[in-house]
Amino acid sequence: MREIFVVVERSRDGLAESALELLTAARGLGEATVSAVLMGADVADLASEAAQWFDSVYVFEDPALEHPDGDLQARILAPLIDREKPLVTLLAHTNTGLELAPMLAVRAGTPLIADAMDIESSAAGDCEAGVECIRAVRSVFGGKVQARVSAIPAENGVMISVRPGAYTPPDMASGAGGAVHSETIPEGVAPRRQCVETVPPDPGAVDISQAEVLVAIGRGIEDEENLEDLHSLADAMGAEVACTRPVVDRKWLEKTRQVGTSGVTVKPRVYLALGISGSFQHLGGVKGDPFIAAINTDPAAPIFGVADVGIVGDILDLIPLLEEKIRERRG
Amino acid sequence: MEIIVCIRRVPDLSETEIEIGRDGVSLADDDLDYDVNEWDNFAIEAAVRLKEEHGGRVTAMTVGDEESEDVLRRALAMGADEAVHLMDDAFDGSDALGTATILHRAIADRPYDLILTGAISGDEARGHVGPMLAAMLDIPMVALATELSVEGGTVTVQHEVEGGLERITRMALPALVTVQTGLNEPRYVSIRGIRKVSGMEIPVLGAGDLDLEGSQVGVASSAVTVEEIFLPPRGGGAEMLEGSEETVVQKLVERLQQEGAF
Ligand SMILES: Cc1cc2nc3c(=O)[nH]c(=O)nc-3n(C[C@H](O)[C@H](O)[C@H](O)COP(=O)(O)OP(=O)(O)OC[C@H]3O[C@@H](n4cnc5c(N)ncnc54)[C@H](O)[C@@H]3O)c2cc1C
Ligand SMILES: Nc1ncnc2c1ncn2[C@@H]1O[C@H](COP(=O)(O)O)[C@@H](O)[C@H]1O
Repeated sequence: MREIFVVVERSRDGLAESALELLTAARGLGEATVSAVLMGADVADLASEAAQWFDSVYVFEDPALEHPDGDLQARILAPLIDREKPLVTLLAHTNTGLELAPMLAVRAGTPLIADAMDIESSAAGDCEAGVECIRAVRSVFGGKVQARVSAIPAENGVMISVRPGAYTPPDMASGAGGAVHSETIPEGVAPRRQCVETVPPDPGAVDISQAEVLVAIGRGIEDEENLEDLHSLADAMGAEVACTRPVVDRKWLEKTRQVGTSGVTVKPRVYLALGISGSFQHLGGVKGDPFIAAINTDPAAPIFGVADVGIVGDILDLIPLLEEKIRERRG
Repeated sequence: MEIIVCIRRVPDLSETEIEIGRDGVSLADDDLDYDVNEWDNFAIEAAVRLKEEHGGRVTAMTVGDEESEDVLRRALAMGADEAVHLMDDAFDGSDALGTATILHRAIADRPYDLILTGAISGDEARGHVGPMLAAMLDIPMVALATELSVEGGTVTVQHEVEGGLERITRMALPALVTVQTGLNEPRYVSIRGIRKVSGMEIPVLGAGDLDLEGSQVGVASSAVTVEEIFLPPRGGGAEMLEGSEETVVQKLVERLQQEGAF
């Protein structure tokens, strides 16, 4: 039977959520043996956990694999892919996957589709005479355009990195009790990077992760001076101020106020998004399905696709007006 | 130290009404604004600062059409010493692998210590070209750098990992690093600055110069095919509040109060 590889990541307490999302994506590709590929320093428990969900598990256990190192991982996995020849290899489009997937695709000689949101495998003969073809929808141009792309599996298949959150993990482990294959790092493959340290988070920093109401600002604020009005609005609402990455890049607000995949994960009841386009990296940090209100000058801004209410307008005018009306109401 | 920085010209769409071109796979680009990819701007700045600190030479490279010369000029104005324009009709339609293949051929036979690329391009949003190039050159790499320093023969990189954490990693040169936004504050490029470098020669290299066959690059080599592009379905999203500024703000305030926002 054909095989699908899922390169799994781990979280602090077990398999990463992305691993099970990838499992759902893999099961959607038709009848296949779905195998987890696991790398780490001390992963025996994790391998048994993976075996509850996957049909089989390939495990590389080595002290050198304690921290993800895409360069090392790619040189370890390419020979495995070459040996097993899976039809599809799925990875998560996370920071780890962002490093590993392109290097692995080059080393294994497969096409690579990045950041896929919706994957389908078409019947033979659809893309090109007699060959099965893999299609995916992905988002380009800052989320304002979507692209349907296709790739024909090479000898070593196709590689796809999948957007976190695009698939829902299965409810229950199948209890598959998949076979665990213990693999060894190929001869001559050694780390070429050295981990110096993991930077601990600053304990004294503001914590917006528990805030109930967030007023979030994006690049639409245009100038640092305009932040004053934003702070007054947040004051009037008794809300906490949050922001997107470009605002932090310019050092207008602290990094600890940045919401997103490389920032803080928040789960407020209300999220007011002002001058924010709505990139997936930003929205990836907004959890718990809050009420989202958005103001943006661009009617086609992706944020309006996820917001509950929206206004097409200029925040530089509307923020002071909003503050005024809220203060009136609060009396 | 020889530093190579790979840059890409991309359209800025953040505030633009977009139309799909008649071919169904590209944008109708009548009046789009183009600029250097946001991430690459930080990469150029990082390269120039490293040169200023340690001496050496910065070379900016792009794979792109005639218009892409703009971003090379911009890099020169920021302090790059040299620019190389990789241009050929045969390169049109290259996917990430094709682009990395072209860069690989252009770089492999010249001296290099450090290669910098952006983490991702704002248009294609793949994040592929940098790591693919590293794999082709068989050199180590680190993605998503937020700090970067060179000492002796090593580069030390602070980079973003999962869970909002950062890690510090060290590698021996030669190595490749992909750059995240916020790594530095890119210097301002004035029109005068661009004018100053307008006389600098920018060599153009094509498929022949790089010993590349037509089948290795361009549409012919592209393993990932774009079948169609489309605008995400509208509606189904936000309830849009309409009316005068007074009216919409009034409505928004009511909704916010209902939701207990204040
Ligand atoms: C690996 C990686 C990790 C990342 N992590 C994060 C992250 O954790 N958090 C994060 O936020 N981003 C992150 N990003 C960046 C992300 O991809 C986007 O670039 C970023 O979120 C865009 O921020 P923005 O919406 O403020 O800016 P833009 O996308 O530039 O949007 C600005 C918006 O403001 C609107 N606007 C302009 N002027 C006005 C006005 N006067 N009134 C109203 N609206 C106006 C525009 O129409 C536009 O929609 C990451 C990127 C990568 C590659
Ligand atoms: N045509 C190109 N020419 C030179 N460098 C490129 C080109 N396309 C992409 N890159 C580099 O690769 C990075 C990631 O791009 P991408 O893989 O398109 O997301 C960019 O930030 C650039 O540094």
